[in-house]
Amino acid sequence: MTTTDLVPALEQEEAADPFTLGGEAFTSRLVLGTGGLPSLEVLEDVVRASGTQLVTVALRRVEAAAGSSMTEVLRRCGVRLLPNTAGCRTAREAVLTAQLSREAFETEWVKLEVIGDDRTLLPDAVELLDAAEQLVADGFTVLPYTTDDPVLGRRLADVGCAAVMPLGSPIGSGLGIRNPHAIALLREQVDVPVVLDAGIGTASDAALAMELGCDAVLLASAVTRARLPVQMALAMRQAVEGGRLARGAGRIPRRWHAEASTSMAGLPDL
Amino acid sequence: MTIQVTVNGAPTDVADGATVAALVADRSTGHDRVAVALNGGVVPRSRWTATALAPGDRLEVLAPTAGG
Repeated sequence: MTTTDLVPALEQEEAADPFTLGGEAFTSRLVLGTGGLPSLEVLEDVVRASGTQLVTVALRRVEAAAGSSMTEVLRRCGVRLLPNTAGCRTAREAVLTAQLSREAFETEWVKLEVIGDDRTLLPDAVELLDAAEQLVADGFTVLPYTTDDPVLGRRLADVGCAAVMPLGSPIGSGLGIRNPHAIALLREQVDVPVVLDAGIGTASDAALAMELGCDAVLLASAVTRARLPVQMALAMRQAVEGGRLARGAGRIPRRWHAEASTSMAGLPDL
Repeated sequence: MTIQVTVNGAPTDVADGATVAALVADRSTGHDRVAVALNGGVVPRSRWTATALAPGDRLEVLAPTAGG
């Protein structure tokens, strides 16, 4: 796996509290989805600019699939692949898709998605938990895309998921984190990593996720559908790093009224 | 002699006695890391050569693509 160069302060943060997922340590806390890019040529530049070490991919019928040039680019970038179960609507479909992905990508890691509604692409909680339980029993490292419900998050962690990945808002909506309070609560509820997944629109959303205590951010459309995907990939990288540093540094408490930062001591009488 | 199976949703004639391996070889030009589902179950790569197709079989021949 490629290593990502970090500024010294961030190196210290990471040394004190490294990001590990499924027993593997990552220096980048940005997980990148590959869907939505205009061309394959941009993919390599986007991956490199983002500094990511973990990239999601999918499985489709050969007639509609990208071809081996995509996997070749990702292999050259040295990133770990995380197959998803996008488009699955039942636990049965998701489990079979994960098993097919294990066969194709030779990895037991899976980003588990079980969608319950076509318009919002919101997860089906019942099918999701069922699929997660089956896949954990089958030896998978399960990273479930879920709602921001802290109780469901805890249930997913309880059945053995390696992380919990709550949405900030619907997939591809760019609406950011609609319920920061729920994300922070979820973070308190589980011991496994929390990865903010879906809804990120711009860099400040990614920074907020980290400030709320998320361990990493997963995003695709915000970069791949940006006017300048490579530039946005860099912005996301810096936002995740900035949010992580800010979380570690400790934000000041919110106050109702002002508190002067310039001392009143020695104020001249003019 | 041919038999009819369904490949990726389309009715397809294949030689009687054709295997999953033969079908994959025919379909997967330009793709690596192909996976095959047969009648709702996974056919591991190690079983492709030994798995003969039967009339009415439903196959999905899949390959990596971009995804979020």
